[in-house]
Amino acid sequence: MSQITFENVVKRFGSVVAVDNVTLTIGEGEFVALLGPSGCGKTTTLRLIAGLELADQGRILIGDRDVTYLPPAARDVAMVFQDYALYPHMTILDNIGYPLKVRGVSRAERARRVTEVARELQIANLLERRPSQLSGGQQQRASVARAVVHQAVAFLFDEPLSNLDAQLRLEARAFLKHLQNELGVTTVYVTHDQAEAMALADRIVVMRLGKIMQIGTPLEVYRNPANTFVASFIGSPPMNLLSGTALVGQGQFVMDDETVIDMGEVYRRMSRPPLDGQEITLGIRPEHITIHAEPHPHAIPGQLYVVQPMGGETLVNVRVGSKLVTVRLFQDEPPALPDQVWLKPALDASFVYGADGERLS
Amino acid sequence: MERRAIFSAKVGFLFLAPALAFVAVFLLYPFVRVFLLSFTNQTLLGTTAPNPEWVGFDNYRRLFDFDRWMRLGEFGSALKITTQFVIGSALIGQVGLGLLIAWAFYRKKGVLRETVYTLVIMAWIIPETVVAFTWVAFLDRDFGTLNALLDAVGLGQPDWLFKHPLESIILFNSWRGAAFSLLLFSSALETIPPSYIETAEVAGANAWQKFRDIFFPLLRGHILTDLILITLWTFNVFTPFLLTGGGPARRTELVSIYTYRTAFHGQHEFGKGGAIAVVMMLINFALALVYLSLIRRRRVHG
Repeated sequence: MSQITFENVVKRFGSVVAVDNVTLTIGEGEFVALLGPSGCGKTTTLRLIAGLELADQGRILIGDRDVTYLPPAARDVAMVFQDYALYPHMTILDNIGYPLKVRGVSRAERARRVTEVARELQIANLLERRPSQLSGGQQQRASVARAVVHQAVAFLFDEPLSNLDAQLRLEARAFLKHLQNELGVTTVYVTHDQAEAMALADRIVVMRLGKIMQIGTPLEVYRNPANTFVASFIGSPPMNLLSGTALVGQGQFVMDDETVIDMGEVYRRMSRPPLDGQEITLGIRPEHITIHAEPHPHAIPGQLYVVQPMGGETLVNVRVGSKLVTVRLFQDEPPALPDQVWLKPALDASFVYGADGERLS
Repeated sequence: MERRAIFSAKVGFLFLAPALAFVAVFLLYPFVRVFLLSFTNQTLLGTTAPNPEWVGFDNYRRLFDFDRWMRLGEFGSALKITTQFVIGSALIGQVGLGLLIAWAFYRKKGVLRETVYTLVIMAWIIPETVVAFTWVAFLDRDFGTLNALLDAVGLGQPDWLFKHPLESIILFNSWRGAAFSLLLFSSALETIPPSYIETAEVAGANAWQKFRDIFFPLLRGHILTDLILITLWTFNVFTPFLLTGGGPARRTELVSIYTYRTAFHGQHEFGKGGAIAVVMMLINFALALVYLSLIRRRRVHG
């Protein structure tokens, strides 16, 4: 168990900057998710920790040890790959025991330790089989077992659940979190699935184009997205982002299609309000909008587009000008609504972003 | 989905007929002819040319005359030299070299890889006579490139084709044929997911452990296929004749060259040549059977 530190790390592939000046500290025993769309540099960041890529600039430390230029073998980390990477020509026992074998642990000792770990992970009955005889979920556990048996200082997960079907993924998610709680090993987990990151991690690192967009606990990142990118990436359904102009004097927000939203006290309460006439983006989460069949003070008109019953909740899409706004209702029964509706945003819970996408507060 | 034949069996046979005709005319007929020939004393010239006699197993007895068969220029000697040639140039040379180069450039790109691959493949596709001529020139005692290089570093100027003829043709054939193994192994290596190797690297495996535990077991089937194919091809190869003519003093007389010399030189003994061809065919057949049974066993055991 060790802290992992990135100091101004840069990694380039040709002219592409995959990791762009990243500085980051992952605490001892912490579960950190690297989250972002494909090509954001999250996997490269993970591979830099593993030593499968070498940094072009900056330093990487595991504990107090500078590992920037050490080969993977010297870093004492364990990695779980998306495809599990179980060797088809070995039994599950030999697969899980492989990290011990390369370290010269005797066959008997290997069998003892593998059996112990396999029992904890409930795959002890599969040890004599070959990977091809296992289901996806079992293979996933076997590859996690191989990481656990290693007794490494950190676990590195590269999208370990994305090859599982939806139901199994939820089960494996709970299992991984429980395991990490039990073992308390520093864990870095790469995913493009924001729900997975939210559910698993102590802290989320949101990345885009090689840069860190925000670091925070799942709740911090959800409640206070620092920029429009994080705002649109975290949360399902994503936040409504409306672009328009701030009329600070009148306390109004004019959407691109001329729809006017009365902002009340919002601008006045901000310590760094937008300038009058500045282009801004207003962000409102779907659950912070109420929908009304009748005209309502401070509500904006819109046309009902579709109603999507989700089981425990209901999503309503409303067309406002050229924009489709999502409203989230915590009710299982879809509401009966006319074509013409009125939306009332809870402005206290709204976010104002400048033209550069950064939050103004 | 139900699978239905597009054509009836008869129409299918019609499509096969041209190919079968070729096989019959150019493969089956000569084979039967050679087999029958091997039991006669047919020659090109002399009295036995127009009136060959049936001699039973005489030709075979002459091949396996154990009093003299290990002498240079005899069948036993030719078999021994062929075996050395196959082990040296095919099993060690081509397979080893191909595997080594493929492994060295695994997951690597760049000018060096392209250059090495191009050179190896060039050696394979250039016509035999051209290649043989360049090697004769390369190995020439007084004007050869090799000796010019060796002389420059003070290692003398050995007469390669005279003093080390077998080593020379082994070296030549290793160089000549490594491309097939290289291509086979490098495409086989590409089918190994990178995560297999990376898992081993993160687990702490060194280069040898990676080769022993991951590359080799995953390539075993390809290595086996390659070994058998290369063995068969090398066993029958004739190109070294263009370098040494089987000499000096029959020291590089492979079975293929021995057959050629017996049937088409000197006495032009077609009967004895036919007998050698039949024995070679049986050896090839045995090798092919071993190959097929190994492949089948692999399929069964996955």
